[in-house]
Amino acid sequence: MAVKFLAKDNLVPWLAELAETHRTIVPKREGEAVVFRPFAKEEAPELSARPTESPKSAIFPQCDTLMSFRYTKDEEDPGKVLLDLREMKDESPAVVVGCRSCDAAGFNTFDRVYMTDKITDQNYRARRENTLFVTIICEKPATTCFCNWVGGSPTDTSGADVRMTPLEDGWVLESITEKGEPLLSSTLLKDGDDRAGDAEKIRQQAKERMPEAPDLSEAPGKVLALFENNDFWEAESAKCISCGACTYLCPTCYCFNITDESSGMEGVRLRTWDNCMSHQFTMEASGHNPRPTKAHRLKNRVGHKFSYYPNIHDGNISCVGCGRCIKSCPVSVDIRSIVLHAIAAPAETEK
Amino acid sequence: MSNLDTLKAKIKERLPDLDMVVGWEQGFDPLRATPLFMRTEEDVDRLIWNPLCVHNLATYLPGLKGRKVGVVVKGCDSRSIIELLQEKLINRDDIVVFSMPCEGVVSVRKIQNRIGSLDYVESVEADTGTVKVTVDGSSQSFGFPDVAASKCGRCQYHTALLSDEFVGEPNNEKAEDDYSDVTSFEARPQEERLAFWMTEMQRCIQCYACRNACPLCVCRDHCVAQSRDPHWMTQENSTQNKWFFQVIHAMHLAGRCTECGECERACPVGIPLLLLKRKLNKEIEELFDYKAGTLIDSTPPLQAFKVEEDNINERGW
Ligand code: SF4
Ligand code: SF4
Ligand code: SF4
Ligand code: SF4
Repeated sequence: MAVKFLAKDNLVPWLAELAETHRTIVPKREGEAVVFRPFAKEEAPELSARPTESPKSAIFPQCDTLMSFRYTKDEEDPGKVLLDLREMKDESPAVVVGCRSCDAAGFNTFDRVYMTDKITDQNYRARRENTLFVTIICEKPATTCFCNWVGGSPTDTSGADVRMTPLEDGWVLESITEKGEPLLSSTLLKDGDDRAGDAEKIRQQAKERMPEAPDLSEAPGKVLALFENNDFWEAESAKCISCGACTYLCPTCYCFNITDESSGMEGVRLRTWDNCMSHQFTMEASGHNPRPTKAHRLKNRVGHKFSYYPNIHDGNISCVGCGRCIKSCPVSVDIRSIVLHAIAAPAETEK
Repeated sequence: MSNLDTLKAKIKERLPDLDMVVGWEQGFDPLRATPLFMRTEEDVDRLIWNPLCVHNLATYLPGLKGRKVGVVVKGCDSRSIIELLQEKLINRDDIVVFSMPCEGVVSVRKIQNRIGSLDYVESVEADTGTVKVTVDGSSQSFGFPDVAASKCGRCQYHTALLSDEFVGEPNNEKAEDDYSDVTSFEARPQEERLAFWMTEMQRCIQCYACRNACPLCVCRDHCVAQSRDPHWMTQENSTQNKWFFQVIHAMHLAGRCTECGECERACPVGIPLLLLKRKLNKEIEELFDYKAGTLIDSTPPLQAFKVEEDNINERGW
């Protein structure tokens, strides 16, 4: 493991070096939001405020062209149409610098679904295997943070290739994975062994600042037990306006839609983010919708993250506790209290 | 008894005849209120009424059509109810409107701009004189007008234009609204205006919180932006396409939008959507002398037909 020190003034030059070989994606201020954008020398990244959106699109773009197609008439045989298909896959090396531990850990949720022994999503894999994460620890939890409820921590390394710990005059960078090591070979980085102790102190403090976490071990069972309890979900979802803010900002929501869009003889197949809070999400071709109300839909969002997913993925909750869905919800729906209400709900008696 | 206590008593009185009453309670932190759906007397005890009650609760009414619903409104929110009634999207007999004089609400975003981050708010004391926010043990105070929602600075309807239970002394102050924000934007060259919107729209995540928070954007589940059949709009997430949706939203709201600002408030990435809506409302006011949601007996101009419009010289060429 390499430990290096990056002085404040060297941040932008170091990123510029990385950008020579990698698509380098950093958090940036844009208007009143902090979003992930390609690094540009002229604009310093925003490393102190928590990003409004998650870095999800670095690997799973909001709109991804999976392939393009074109039909041509066979000159020889007018009855025949030829199809030219072109698969698109992005295998360019990339690095995301400055996302939080929880954000990087979010991709572990994706991996269990998109890269299994049975099925691998090739477009996902191409970006996933070629993207590195340099995470930055959180010195102080926000009122909406709860990573420690769901197995994470402000200094967690489960999604990181390199971890940054901020000090007064710069950052201590440690490689976490082998793949992360080459990122630390720049001559702009100094040996960091003498600062490692300071960094460890900051990380210790960060962990101590997290409020105590409730025990969620009963959540998968309790949430599932409420599956038929419409009153519970109606009450919890009453204020929800069924938009996509929570899911689109979430680092673990991985649902998508596929659309073929063509004009004349050519077109593209698009994969775009979809979200379970939308009425159209389960709309069937027949016109029947098994999740017709927002109560059904919120039940799915919470149920999927805290019950259905952990039930089939070794108990791993598919929420990393980043708090975005709480702080950016226009009506302040709080997923933490829904889960706690579910745990506290009296067990249903057989009817 | 304080006004709020009287209001709670009135709600408790009417509650037995209603399925629910929608108001506000304190949310997940001291700065955020959140909508409260009151079904029992204990629920009513959690009701708050203060400058943090930013949401326009009329948004919930069309979705609850057919049920008996009470709703607590600020002056501006009452305009949405009038507009919804005019368009027959809700039934007058099914709703009971509760209100008190409103002195204004905060803009959470303006507070964010001043304190830097909303992540660590420890306490908030907000009245219509000052707003005091404590972060990390240190407090900052702001004059209310500096952190109030922009709509409150130009409010002409502090008192609800329609209510069944009104508690307190009506406040009939009327500020001027000269649409100077719109005129100064209009004065900029066209390329600059387009560039402004393209820069803003670039970060739109197409979550449609703006649409779903809008009390008058009632197509929601059948919105052109998402309908698959017919497939009106591309699913591409180009900035131009995001902007296209906003223009559709604004056009569909022309003459119906009451400038409640919910679209802009709901946007998670802070796109100044109200400017666009106000531009269209300014046109509507000039063309039809009409302000949405202010007169219960009138018909919104784009839903009516007049052979000779007073302000449009149609055949005078
Ligand atoms: S929980 Fe909030 S952000 Fe999510 S769909 Fe409902 S209103 Fe929108
Ligand atoms: S569900 Fe909410 S808190 Fe959990 S990871 Fe998603 S956005 Fe973050
Ligand atoms: S468009 Fe915006 S300001 Fe107008 S009524 Fe809808 S939410 Fe309110
Ligand atoms: S709320 Fe904002 S981010 Fe969401 S669709 Fe509307 S403009 Fe875009």
